[in-house]
Order: sequence, then C-alpha cells, then structure tokens
Amino acid sequence: MFGDYEAQRHWQEITFNLPVKQWYFNSSDNNLQYWGLDYPPLTAYHSLLCAYVAKFINPDWIALHSSRGYESQAHKLFMRTTVLIADLLIYIPAVVLYCCCLKEISTKKKIAHALCILLYPGLILIDYGHFQYNSVSLGFALWGVLGVSYDWDLLGSLAFCLAINYKQMELYHSLPFFCFLLGKCFKKGLKGKGFVLLIKLACTVVASFILCWLPFFTEREQTQQVLRRLFPVDRGLFEDKVANIWCSFSIFLKIKDILPHHIQIIISFCFTFLSLLPACIKLTLQPSPKGFRFTLVSCALSFFLFSYQVHEKSILLVSLPVCLVLSEIPFMSTWFLLVSTFSMLPLLLKDELLMPSVVTTMAFFIACAISFSIFEKTSEEELQLKSFSISVRKYLPCFTFFPRIIQYLFLISVITMVLLTLTTITLEPPQKLPDLFSVLICFVSCLNFLFFLVYFNIIIMWDSKNGRNQKKIN
Amino acid sequence: MAALGIATGGRNWFSALALGVTLLKCLLIPTYHSTDFEVHRNWLAITHSLPVSQWYYEATSEWTLDYPPFFAWFEYALSHIAKYFDQEMLNVHNLNYSSSRTLLFQRFSVILTDELFVYAVHECCKCIDGKKAGKELTEKPKFILSVLLLWNFGLLIVDHIHFQYNGFLFGLMLLSIARLFQKRYTEGAFLFAVLLHFKHIYLYVAPAYGIYLLRSYCFTANKPDGSVRWNSFSFVRLISLGLIVFLVSALSLGPFLALNQLPQVLSRLFPFKRGLCHAYWAPNFWALYNALDKVLSVIGLELKLLDPNKIPKASMTSGLVQQFQHTVLPSVTPMATLICTLMAILPSVFCLWFKPQGPRGFLRCLILCALSSFLFGWHVHEKAILLAVLPMSLLSVGKAGDASIFLILTTTGHYSLFPLLFTAPELPIKILLMLLFTIYSISSLKTLFRKEKPLFNWMETFYLLGLGPLEVFCEFVFPFTSWKLKYPFSPLLLTSVYCAVGITYAWFKLYVSVLTDPPVRKTKKQ
Repeated sequence: MFGDYEAQRHWQEITFNLPVKQWYFNSSDNNLQYWGLDYPPLTAYHSLLCAYVAKFINPDWIALHSSRGYESQAHKLFMRTTVLIADLLIYIPAVVLYCCCLKEISTKKKIAHALCILLYPGLILIDYGHFQYNSVSLGFALWGVLGVSYDWDLLGSLAFCLAINYKQMELYHSLPFFCFLLGKCFKKGLKGKGFVLLIKLACTVVASFILCWLPFFTEREQTQQVLRRLFPVDRGLFEDKVANIWCSFSIFLKIKDILPHHIQIIISFCFTFLSLLPACIKLTLQPSPKGFRFTLVSCALSFFLFSYQVHEKSILLVSLPVCLVLSEIPFMSTWFLLVSTFSMLPLLLKDELLMPSVVTTMAFFIACAISFSIFEKTSEEELQLKSFSISVRKYLPCFTFFPRIIQYLFLISVITMVLLTLTTITLEPPQKLPDLFSVLICFVSCLNFLFFLVYFNIIIMWDSKNGRNQKKIN
Repeated sequence: MAALGIATGGRNWFSALALGVTLLKCLLIPTYHSTDFEVHRNWLAITHSLPVSQWYYEATSEWTLDYPPFFAWFEYALSHIAKYFDQEMLNVHNLNYSSSRTLLFQRFSVILTDELFVYAVHECCKCIDGKKAGKELTEKPKFILSVLLLWNFGLLIVDHIHFQYNGFLFGLMLLSIARLFQKRYTEGAFLFAVLLHFKHIYLYVAPAYGIYLLRSYCFTANKPDGSVRWNSFSFVRLISLGLIVFLVSALSLGPFLALNQLPQVLSRLFPFKRGLCHAYWAPNFWALYNALDKVLSVIGLELKLLDPNKIPKASMTSGLVQQFQHTVLPSVTPMATLICTLMAILPSVFCLWFKPQGPRGFLRCLILCALSSFLFGWHVHEKAILLAVLPMSLLSVGKAGDASIFLILTTTGHYSLFPLLFTAPELPIKILLMLLFTIYSISSLKTLFRKEKPLFNWMETFYLLGLGPLEVFCEFVFPFTSWKLKYPFSPLLLTSVYCAVGITYAWFKLYVSVLTDPPVRKTKKQ
C-alpha cells in the first residue's frame, strides 16, 4: 500500500535517522520528492516517538534507505496500533468529555451522541483505512473547543495551537477561535479584564508556537524552508478531484489554465473571506458557545469550498464541528455527515474500502436515526429555522412548507448518492471521459455543500432574535 | 417520513441488534480464514461436480466429506448459487482456490444462513418471562438474552473469521429447544433429528432429548409427587416420535443405504484414528490429565525414577494429530473416554427422569450432556464449547446462580478460542471483541440480579481476572523470551490448562445445582 502509509513510515525513518536540521531540506539522504515532510513540526515529533518504539520492536522498519516500501503483517499491525493509541489518548477522551459536559440533555442522549460521533464513518475510514493521523489534530482542536467554550481560555488556545502545529489545515478553524476569544475580550471590556485576557492569550499562543518551532527558529533559512513545505503555493488552485467550487466550476470553464497563479490565489482569498465574514463579525460582537460551534462549521465549510489547494480529506475539518452540533440539529447534521463521507468515495474506492464504507455508513445512519429520531425532528423549530421563516413570512405569507422542501431535498440527495455509488461500482466510465463518475460525485457533493453553507449561515445570522428561546430548546 | 421514523424508532430494538451484528459480520469478511474455508470450498466442488455415489469416496483433497448427508445436500444447494460467482471454485482439482469472489460468496453464505439463527433467537426470547424486568429496555431479560446470543463472541469468531457454518446449526438447535419450551414436542423432535443429520456432533446432547421426550411427552401425566405414572404411557406419541426420527434418517441415509455405502459414510463420520487430543488441546479433562502426566514425567526424570530411554520420542505437545501414549499415567483409549462420558452424563439423565422440571430441567440436562461430552470426549475440538455456552445463555437470564455459572463458563470458553486466531492482524479484533462481550455480559447480568447476592466469590473473581495477565504473557511477553525456541507450545498448554480448570469448575457447579435443586411442587404445571 504505497501512499500515506508509506509516507508515515518514511517520516519515522527520516526523523529517527537524520538530525533535526535536515528534516525539511532536500539532501541525498532525504529526497523531498519521495514523500517529503509537509506537515508542521509536531507531526515530525510524533513520527520520531513512533520511530523509537519501532526501533525497539524491529529496526528494519525504519532503516535509512533500505526500508523503503517495507510491508509486513507485523509492521501493518504496529502502524495501525499507533493510530489507535493516538485516538485513545487524544480524540476519544475529548469526545467523551464533550458529550458529558453537554447541558440539559439526559445521560442516555449523551451516550448516544458520543457513540454517533465516534461512529462517524469519514474519520474512521480515512484514519484506519487510508491511513492518517487526523484524530490527533482533530482531537486537539476539540480540546480547544472544550476549553474555550467552558471559559478555560488559556488551555483551550494552547490545545488549539498544538492542533495547528500538528496539521496546518487546522487554520481553517483559526478564525472562529480568534473571533470568539476577541469577542470575549471585548465583552469583558478592553480597558480592564478584557485587555489582560488578550495579553495572556497572545502570550500563550506565541509561547506554544515558539516551543513547537524551537529547533527551526535558529536560522531564517530553516523557518522559510518549513513554511515553503507547509504552504506549497506553486501547486495550483486544486489538485485531483475535490468537491469544492473551483473544481466544479472548472467543468464549465478551465480557470486553472486561464488565470495565472497569483490571480488564482487572490480570487480564492477574496471569495473565502467574503463568505465567512458575516458569521465571524457576528461572533465577535456576540460571542456565545453555540454561535462559536456554528461559526466553526460555516468557516471551515467556506474554506473548504473556496480556498486554495484543498484536498478532499479536508472535509473532515468541517465534519468535526458538525458532529458537535449533532444533538442540536440531528437531521441536518446526519445528512451533512453522510454527504461528507460520500464526497470522499473516489478516494475510498481507490483504497478498496468499498465494503467498510458501505457498512460504516449504514451503521452510522442507523445509529443516528435511532438515537435522535431524526425523521421526527423536521419541524421548523427543530431545524432552527423558526426566526428565519418568520422573517420570510413577512414578505411571503404563504411560505409554511419549509420542512417539506427540506425533506424532499433530503430524499433527492440520498437517492442521487446511492445511484452514483452504484454506477461507480458497477459501470465503466466512457472512454472519452474517464473521470466522469469522480467529477459527478464532486459536483453533486459541491451542490450539497453550498446548500449547507447557506443553511448554516442562516442559522447563525438569524440566531440572536430568539436567543433565550433557543436556550430552552437546547 | 413518519413511517420511516417508526421503523427506525426505538421500538424495533431486535431488528437493530440483528442488523448491527450483520454489519459487523460484513466488516469481518476480509479477515483471516482457516483451512475450514478450503474444506467447504472442496465440499462445494465435490457435491457440484460429482454424482452422489462418489461424495463419500472422493479423496483428491485431504479434506474429505465428514459431515452427514444433509450438510452435503446443503453444500450442493449452495453450489448452484456459487456457480454465478466463480465457476472455478467448483473444480475439485482447484485445491486452495480462494479468489476474491469465492471469498465473498462463502462469507456471504455464512452471513445469510445466520438468519435462521436470528429467527431462533427471536423465538427463544418469547420463551423467557420478563417478570423481573425493569422499565429500562436494556435491563429486560429479553434484551440481554438477545445480545448474549446474537453478539456472542465465540460464534462470531468461529463462524465469521475462522470460517464455519455453526450459525444456522445452532439456530436449528435453539429453535428445537424453543419449540420444546412452547410444548410443540413433535416439531422440536423433528428439528433435532434434522440437526443430527446436518452435523453429528449434536449426538452429544441426544440423550437429553431422548430422555426428556420419553419422560415428559410419552408419559402424559405424573403422580402428585412428581414421579412417573406408568399407566399414562402413550404409544401413539412414542410411535409418532419414532416415525419422525425414522423418516428423517431415511431421507438422509436412505440413498447411501441403497448404494451400499453406509459403512464408508460411517467411517468418514467417525474417524477414530485421530488422537485423544487435537493439536491444540481442548480445555477438557484430558488436557488436565496430559498436563499432569507431563509434570509427573518431568518430576520422574529429575528424581531419576524414570528411564529416559523408555519415554516415547514424540511428545503430546508437538502439534501433530496422531495417537500418543502417556508416560506415567495409564494411556487412554476411545472406549475409556466413552465410559467416562457415559458415567458423567448418567446422573443428569437420571435427574431428568426422576425429577422432571419441565423444559428448564431439560435445558440443564442438555447443557450438562454437552459439557460432560466436552470434558471427557475423544478428540474434542475447542469449538465444541459453544454447544454448552449458547444454551446456557437461556438459563443465565433466569436465575442468579445460573448467571454466575454462565459467566465463568463463557469467559473461559471464549478465551480458550483465542488460539484459533493466531495471526497478527486479528489480535486487536479478538481482544477488543472479547473485552466488549465480557464486560457487557458481566455488567448486564450483575444489573439484572443486583438485588440478590453477588455473582462471584473472591476465588472466581481472581480466576477470571487472571485471564488478563495470561493473555499478556502468552501474546506479548512470551514471543520475546528465550523459551520461545525451547518450548514453543507452552502458551497453548498454559491456555488449555487454565481454561480447563474454569470449565471443569463450571461443570461441577452446574451439576451441584441440578442435583440439589428441590423437586417440583404439586402446584407447578408441567
């Protein structure tokens, strides 16, 4: 299995055998073209830790040069165990603690919520099937969310800095964190406690970054090289097939070829920030844990849809916040999580994970459907669209059929996903269009995601009017 | 939308449990499978490609047909579906053929035939009463029993990883037990007769069926004190039972009798040339006997009481399936094991005759027969422990005493199945699934019987907790020590002996509870 599995093994080899200064540089011992290190330093330290364990069990696994492409049953078990241990230590405790701390729901619902989050197919398939360590960065981010939501701001921001230093994609979540903490500082008054908090947060962030990057701050060249590896601006607007706007748009108009690189970067920057600005401004002015969670969703989704060099796995960054709001809007969250798993179908098929993805998706769907009775919770109030529909009814008095529309859309979406899955498995694409099915999957997923972007933004923007009522429902 | 809501609502928990475990079974498709996979592929090939007269003579592969004719017909039926998956698997000469389609077909055939097991569990749930039930769904005996049966760890790993077809066979057995509970005696007898002709290992429990049907069905009434009323004997019922058994056997063995192949069939079904113990000793009495023999011989050599030249070279632990002789203790012959087994089941059968306690008494006797045969039988496979574990689940949700015996039996029995899955990738699966099942069974039964005295005494708790360090030692510590080369079979030996202690203890405790049970009162309905 060459791919992320070999990449991780290779990083253990590199970090164990070479000195720190050479990790991110091209050299005869470290060929950056062959799965070069392109995550921040914390990933490198983690690989080093795993390498020490690997050396104890079997040094052949990480021998410099000679262990390339090494594959054995025992090694596979070892690598998979490292993912499991990372999961058990970081992600699963965060999920359990999050669900325990949820207010105003019964113990049974808390357990059901935790179970459904842990059963989310996307993370399981990518981490254990495709092989990655997303549970570490997502786990740290979740610890950050926990800390910040329950007023342990320093610990929360420390955890989130660790998340960013593990995978740079966590920057998708950074704006909501920033706005929420800034909003808290404003609320406490910028002349008094708020200012103190701001200074403390700034110091925490800077200190954690320095701690993680310490070996790389010694020379300017080191820092620059690491940044170059983390943010490869030469690679283009998107790579392969991903369910975002640019890839879908390029079906009709090949913008990748028409516009030069720097224009592409500017355009994606503008679109991303324009789409997430309303939610972030609202969060800064009215910080609340609920608003924070929803802003995480919409921000990450905006980044996913409009940003530069997005990979299909980045949808996991959106799925995590959606998992957190599963108990508040079970129907829409379950729908979103199903679409997110579906959007990664081409990748999963490449890894021969068809059976596990079908089984885990079905298990997840059944668990959510039973735990949250999602099909009974499609009224306006439960979809948190009450205030929005009241506003709409000022202009269109007969607009009372929101739930019906959403139910029909759900059915259409699910039927399309099932049909596309079946066609991708059974039929061969026509010769002239070999990527037809992947492109169709991306396009359909993108449409779904755009709908969700609009929906989540509506919830955020129309939230304040019923602030107290919403709390009672939760 | 509303209809879908009701269907997925919490009311249909049984379907949710069944569907959940089916999804888990689908995930287990690509795991390790043993030679049993090739065995069944070979039988598909034999029954499809050769005429019936050749089935029990065919010996191209070493895995000859050694199940009764109904199973052969079952494989024949499967082979007609198999030909749409991969024609090549039906070629008798394609030894060890395992293309991905073959794997998919075989695994799905096990998963689908398990539906009979699901139906049987559903019927069994109707037979237990929920008087002690709390209001919580998860505390109801029906729910606990469904989980203990549907998600049984032993059945999952033996059927869906190791690869066998025990699911639907146990379904037949549980269904026949359920029918006997529901007083549909002829159906129960019919199902058991059919089961016998699917897999003859169920002969272990045939005495229980025979005596129970004779005592409680053929004799239609009892005297007030519970003993048999001889003049209430019903010839009609006896003849109807005999007719059922005769017809089923005729259907099964008839064709082979007509072809004069009966001796050949029987020799295939009962191969006594194999040794006292399987390559990995099943954790029964003979494992303890062998271990004692080994210990005594080692002591004897140390104390120079034995002559090293007289000891046979091949030891019992060398992993071959041949006949061996003991060095210190007397050797064991098949006849000796038969006598021991008969002596072991006799008290329970007598209890069933003289103190009939209705279907519950029958179930206890069945479990004791299965356990006694497991403990004293010739060439017993460790998988045979499931014959005792699954019916015991039915008793475990009834009384606290039974629950305690069930937990000891199940935990040690399941642990003794670990050596079946010796590959590295299956290690996390078996440990996690075992932990899940054990923790669930102990906690749910403890909650169900929380008003009575604790389920385990300190000795039993200690013993069960000892399984953890044993596993750590055998799987993680031992491979890195120097003993691995000198005594490579010590982990198996240790597992065997440790589990044999637990299983023998559970058997003993169950016997004591059966023998000391108060006799049935006058008012109890039969």
